[in-house]
Amino acid sequence: MKRFLALLVLFALFVIPAGLVYAQVETGQGAAPAPAQATQATQAEPAAKADTGDTAWLIVATALVMLMTPGLAFFYGGMVGKKNVLGVLMQCFTILCVISIQWVLYGYSLSFGPGKGFWGGFEWVGLKGVGLAPYADYAATIPHQLFMVFQMMFAVITPALIIGAFAERMKFSAFLVFTILWATFVYDPVCHWVWGIGGWLREMGALDFAGGTVVHINAGIAAFMTAIFIGKRKGSNGHAILPHNLPFTILGTALLWFGWFGFNAGSSLGANDIAVNAFVVTNTAAAAAGLTWALIDWIFNKKPTMLGMATGAVGGLVAITPAAGFVSALSAILIGVFVSIFCYFAVAWIKPKFGYDDALDVFGVHCVGGIWGALATGLFASKAVNPAGADGLFFGNPKQFLVQVIATAVTVGYSFVASFIIYKVIDLVIKVRVPEKDEIVGLDLTQHHEKAYTILE
Amino acid sequence: MKLIIAIIQPDRLESVKQELYKEDVNLITVNEVLGHGRQMGLTEVYRGVKEMGNLLRKIRLEIAVNEDFLERTIKAIIKGAQTGETGDGKIFILDLVECIRIRTEERGGEAIG
Repeated sequence: MKRFLALLVLFALFVIPAGLVYAQVETGQGAAPAPAQATQATQAEPAAKADTGDTAWLIVATALVMLMTPGLAFFYGGMVGKKNVLGVLMQCFTILCVISIQWVLYGYSLSFGPGKGFWGGFEWVGLKGVGLAPYADYAATIPHQLFMVFQMMFAVITPALIIGAFAERMKFSAFLVFTILWATFVYDPVCHWVWGIGGWLREMGALDFAGGTVVHINAGIAAFMTAIFIGKRKGSNGHAILPHNLPFTILGTALLWFGWFGFNAGSSLGANDIAVNAFVVTNTAAAAAGLTWALIDWIFNKKPTMLGMATGAVGGLVAITPAAGFVSALSAILIGVFVSIFCYFAVAWIKPKFGYDDALDVFGVHCVGGIWGALATGLFASKAVNPAGADGLFFGNPKQFLVQVIATAVTVGYSFVASFIIYKVIDLVIKVRVPEKDEIVGLDLTQHHEKAYTILE
Repeated sequence: MKLIIAIIQPDRLESVKQELYKEDVNLITVNEVLGHGRQMGLTEVYRGVKEMGNLLRKIRLEIAVNEDFLERTIKAIIKGAQTGETGDGKIFILDLVECIRIRTEERGGEAIG
């Protein structure tokens, strides 16, 4: 019965919209044989021609960002127990598949469709009107569809980040419904507010180069909420649940770092000087943060650790994300050093103190790092780096810092409340957490009927 | 001297260890093993091919004790491992012929503790 309900929700969320969209696009264009061709026909007046260099870079950047989600899967997969590793990998891959479809059907329209409301509206549902000519309000030199697919990869990785908080204990069906609802009711609106035409945070002047608020704070807060309400993992009381394969985690970190060049340098939406600046500061901040965390470990725990260095590097990448297009390399070093200090404090002190089981420290790294990054943008941003940006507090513009604080607070507040409502509704209908017995056996065998490793051949 | 071999559920290891520490039993050997008793196995499916995996993960403890430690060790294992469900495991007690500490070449009961 519960399974049936879950399937019904999925059906309502995907298959029906898909059908409606198809019918609409189809009938709207008369006898056009395929919706894709029909949509191109509506964009008959190409405003500008795409630039080949910009287009080439953005295609590569999109592929780089796509690789981050499997990278994240390994980053997380290495940190869980060996009975749950497939569960984590599966959740990441599921999001890659599900959000790719959601984005084409209606996610892109809700996020980036022109409109001043809660969402961007339904104008571009099914990519109707999203053609190959550039759409100048977002990116004047690349095809509109390329901008769409680049943004798709951001929409994919954001819900995937949350997985780390409820790892090793969430029911797969509940996870699936949560992901779709969260993408629709949290990611899409926040994305619209910050990046969409007519989005109110964008019009207020909030700077978020590549997704500090939209991606990291947003996901980090949702992660915090789920970690609190789903409860602790069995056996997590009083001692750590050990990572089963740290080399996986390091591999994942490397893939994330690599993909992040697409994430940040790609967010300039062109092969230009801002992209180069973003590339340089991204690498610099990651390096500074990785090093700082290792040093903190060395000082407080006697030895530098590999997991610590990897965690620091990811924290640095998170923090530089909103700032990448606006700050200099020297500012990036400071952003990197401080993010590791803040995140270490969150992970090693705040978490044990309050006792929530944020299994893989999504809140501690992504939310804390994201908030620091958003605020640091308001401190270190400089028009000398990017004339289209703004000056931050340290460059004589305290107002920018205030705007960053407002954008951060709005994201934190909205994401927490909306995620909470979604979580509770799902919990009432199909129960979010797996039964205790399944948790003991592990998610691989109970949720997927597979196991990652054999003991006997 | 006795050798205690206990087969327990993997998730009970931590609580069994805690119970053993409370009874001053600090020397144990732990193995991950596969086995099955009355407990049903779990279905596995690989590319549509079903596999009835009836071997389940268990933990095997080995503890060598002198007679005066035997009962409290058994009690500690039971206290830590018992849930009342099928699959809680078994405890086997064997006579232990000899025990030698390699470092000192001590033998018998003295070498155990």
